[in-house]
Amino acid sequence: SHKHKLDFWKSKDMCLNYIQDAMLQKQWKRAAEFLTFYIESLEKDFSTEYMGPSEMIWRIGTEILCHCSHSNMKEFNSFIEQMKTLGVKRYLKVCLEHAFHLLCNGRTDEAYQSLSLAESWRFGEQTTAQDKELKLIQAYRGLLDYYNWSKQKQVLLEYDKNGFEDLSVEQEMHNSFRKAAVSLKEIIQIPGVWDFFVQCYVDMLEFYGDHEEARQVLSEYAYNSKFPANPNAHVYLYQFLKRHGEPKKSLISVLKILHDIVPCHELMIDFHAMLQKSKKRKKRRLGLEVIFAALDYAGWKENVKAWSCLAGQVKQITISEKHLEWLKQEWNSRKDWWPAFHFSRYLAKRNWQENESLAYEKALVAGILLGKDCKYFKYVSHQGCKDQKKKFRTLKKFMNKHSSVYLRISG
Amino acid sequence: MWWVLLPPPGAGVRGANLPTAASGSEAVAVSCSSSSRLRTDGETCAALHGANFILLAPFWATLLVVIPSPAQLLAESLNNPHKEDYHERCVQCSEVNWGLTDGGRFYCRTCHNVTERTREVVNSALTLNTRIQTISKGLRKQEKNDEGLEWYVCEGFQFVLRKQAEALEALGVCPQMKDEILCNFWRRYLQKSQQAYCNRPAGESIKVLSGCESSTDMDSEPERPSLLHLLSLSESDGDPLTDCSLGSSTGKVSESTSVCSGSVDGSLHFMKNQKDKLRMSMPMTLSFCYMALLWLRESMTLSDLLRFVVEGHIPYLNVFQCFPEKMKLYGLDLKIFCVESWPVYEEVYNKMLHLAAFLELPRFPDITDSCFLHPDMLCMKYLMEANLPDELHNWTCRVVKKIHIGEVDFLTFVPGNKSTRKVKYDVLAAAVIVVVLKLLFLLDDNYEWLLSDFAEERNKNNKEDGPYFEFKKWYKVLKKSLDVEQKKMDEEKAKCLWRCEKPLFYSAKKKSKVLKRRQIVVNLQHQFGKLSGSWQPAEKPNPSSFQLNWSEDNTDGSCFHGHSLKGILQEKCGLLTVMNPDYWLCTVKLCAEKFCGHLAHYRDLDFPASYHFVLRLFSFLLRIQPSYIHEEVCAIEHKLFNKKLYKKPKYKPGQRK
Repeated sequence: SHKHKLDFWKSKDMCLNYIQDAMLQKQWKRAAEFLTFYIESLEKDFSTEYMGPSEMIWRIGTEILCHCSHSNMKEFNSFIEQMKTLGVKRYLKVCLEHAFHLLCNGRTDEAYQSLSLAESWRFGEQTTAQDKELKLIQAYRGLLDYYNWSKQKQVLLEYDKNGFEDLSVEQEMHNSFRKAAVSLKEIIQIPGVWDFFVQCYVDMLEFYGDHEEARQVLSEYAYNSKFPANPNAHVYLYQFLKRHGEPKKSLISVLKILHDIVPCHELMIDFHAMLQKSKKRKKRRLGLEVIFAALDYAGWKENVKAWSCLAGQVKQITISEKHLEWLKQEWNSRKDWWPAFHFSRYLAKRNWQENESLAYEKALVAGILLGKDCKYFKYVSHQGCKDQKKKFRTLKKFMNKHSSVYLRISG
Repeated sequence: MWWVLLPPPGAGVRGANLPTAASGSEAVAVSCSSSSRLRTDGETCAALHGANFILLAPFWATLLVVIPSPAQLLAESLNNPHKEDYHERCVQCSEVNWGLTDGGRFYCRTCHNVTERTREVVNSALTLNTRIQTISKGLRKQEKNDEGLEWYVCEGFQFVLRKQAEALEALGVCPQMKDEILCNFWRRYLQKSQQAYCNRPAGESIKVLSGCESSTDMDSEPERPSLLHLLSLSESDGDPLTDCSLGSSTGKVSESTSVCSGSVDGSLHFMKNQKDKLRMSMPMTLSFCYMALLWLRESMTLSDLLRFVVEGHIPYLNVFQCFPEKMKLYGLDLKIFCVESWPVYEEVYNKMLHLAAFLELPRFPDITDSCFLHPDMLCMKYLMEANLPDELHNWTCRVVKKIHIGEVDFLTFVPGNKSTRKVKYDVLAAAVIVVVLKLLFLLDDNYEWLLSDFAEERNKNNKEDGPYFEFKKWYKVLKKSLDVEQKKMDEEKAKCLWRCEKPLFYSAKKKSKVLKRRQIVVNLQHQFGKLSGSWQPAEKPNPSSFQLNWSEDNTDGSCFHGHSLKGILQEKCGLLTVMNPDYWLCTVKLCAEKFCGHLAHYRDLDFPASYHFVLRLFSFLLRIQPSYIHEEVCAIEHKLFNKKLYKKPKYKPGQRK
């Protein structure tokens, strides 16, 4: 069909390509130049397509204006106003992005005004067609209400310290709260990722002591199956429960889910510690699994805390000689790749140079899992003994004593 | 003044005589065919003649064509009905043989002396040609508001043609072109397509009134009289009409048609039954121009013409901008006059062939070896432009001679003759050069580099004589500058502004919306233009026949014109021949052009890279698809190797399909 395309559109497509290239190379002037030639395609934009020329011009133009150093806010606003008149179909989207741009430039009040204005926009069927955008606009307006609320709260706290009282500010603050609460509550009921909105809402609820509501909001956000899987939802819930001194059991159940979604989450250290302390075997077993799983990820490779957790539990198991099968099970799936991933001679050398305690913890684990002849343990313990370090001598002795463990695990 | 219906002294009695180049060929006179028919009515003729010059003077200057009756046209081209009016002897030659100029003056047919005497209008006969009369008296119906004047599509095209002709004249084409050649072609077209100069103008049936395509039978709606209907009646039957009845019916016509177009007959233009009449279109205007250029044997090829169009030297895109204020365009007119694609070589060329056949034009003036369009001449030009050694010209001439493509009968255009293949002069010349390059360098991605290495070695050791031609060096220089030029051209294409100041809208309803959009576009262009710093469409380059320039004066050695081919030639029996004994054919068998429209097919990957490059070079210079040149190369090869092909095909080792 390209053959039959009018030269007009071919030339405009070429223009778009040049614009794209220029933008990728941050040549904003050149992009602006080609955009000038593209603009006339507006006059032939009768398309109902999602990405018609007017949408292109809006997006590209915004980007260029944001990046051209000498373009000012006034120019930007006039551009946006024209874009609003151009496309009723994406009126609210344009408004929303305009508000973002204002916020990025620290013009909170203008952004608030612009959002409020957009909220009251009515255009027959178009308003219902853009229902989602409208909800977003309300949500962001609510977010700005929250921002005002927290500013006023700060002022009041300041006054409180000095023994003042200001009823009008307080009134205003409660006002902001009401406005924010309504729109925030509404948006977080729609399935989606609303981390920031949820946090703000919960913050206000906690301030007013409505813990029950806060808890419900967070549980809903974390557990409602209509919402996309979102690790943060569980983190927020965990933090909330922890803040309010909830029992270990509920904390553990929250973290268990987090572990299933993100095995390498930083809270896994806390989780492991919690499980370790438990008297139940099953939980300690889970703890071992958690810490092993965390160390499967490259991001944890040099985390001393994680390694010392693992070393601690492994050592405990070795000494007690109970539950060696746990170790065996965990090790089984890792024995063909952990040695190269964690316990190479190169890493031994590097860890020794960069972080001695890391090398110590890792050497302990390596010695037990791979035997005292493994490269990592040999290098580290050799270096440690050479430096006359007591810690490493004990380590060597410990390893000699429990050398049979290795055979039982790998066997 | 354009469209001089009666040429001034010198043009003779034949009226719309075709160019001087056609000296002696009488067949071309535009109105001859119908003259015998109407001549019998001497009285009418005389009367019409009177009507004729009323309309002429004021109208050429403003816009119109006017659509005269056939009788009118005849009146002037016919012998001398004016003898009775003016009997005095000519002061110069004492003859009594007077003709009338378009200004209404008498001139002597014998010695071409023009007198001060003008002819008086014969009032009684005026009514016979009412349409013309209306026009001439400024009675063209003018709409109340701003809807403008009544106008016809062919008037629009005439306007375009005039602008193009003027532009061509400014480019140095001989002035005859506008007033004699193109003008006559156009008149002949109007006559043949029965839009004017005929008994009953085409399409001026009731369809105009009904404004729909369904009715094809003129008599099916007899109860709705239209201006044009009446008009055609009046012309054929001599039914007198009064101005007043005319005015009112005009109103009806424009009311009913104005919905779909600004022009009176815009909707008619797209009707199916117009097909056989060769519908006028914007690319057709260029076919007209090219035909006129060809008739005059001007030194401009079709590819040049189209390049000048794209570069903006010849009005084409948005040419309606210079229509007079009162000629309003909307509705279907936009479809007719608004251009959103550049003219395509093949289309313009084929339309020209059709047009020439349709107009029943005689054989065109001979293309001899002194003409610019002769392959020997064009090859010289393209060799220079391609920065190839001058010596190659001997070889192109040899090829041209060998396969007889330099002969007058081969080169001269004979319209309507289906037995001969029509010549695309520019493509032919480029293809000849490609064939010569293949003969000398083989272009198989191997032999040319081998030769080049020899030449390089020799040039290193011998700096005294002129340098031997090095293919590698040439390739590098050309590739670099071709890439640069191509990039420039692509960017310019992207930077083309298609829309003009004059806002266009389909109907009055959309006007405000269109104007609003236009305003936004202007604002945005201004805003981003300021940002980019250089908001001006690229200045159009000065018109030049050459796109690449190579000068011997350059000291960087990038000019190869003077380089010698010695390294690759050998002397045999006193004749220089090529050292290379091989040749590969682009195709073994030619396609039947009748079936697929092409002699050969070009598929990118099948050919050596050097061959591609050479094709790309000429495709850039001519601004046509490489496949067109490839096709011509195949055709030439087949002529060149015809005998060998059928006798001992194994002679060509590198055959490819």
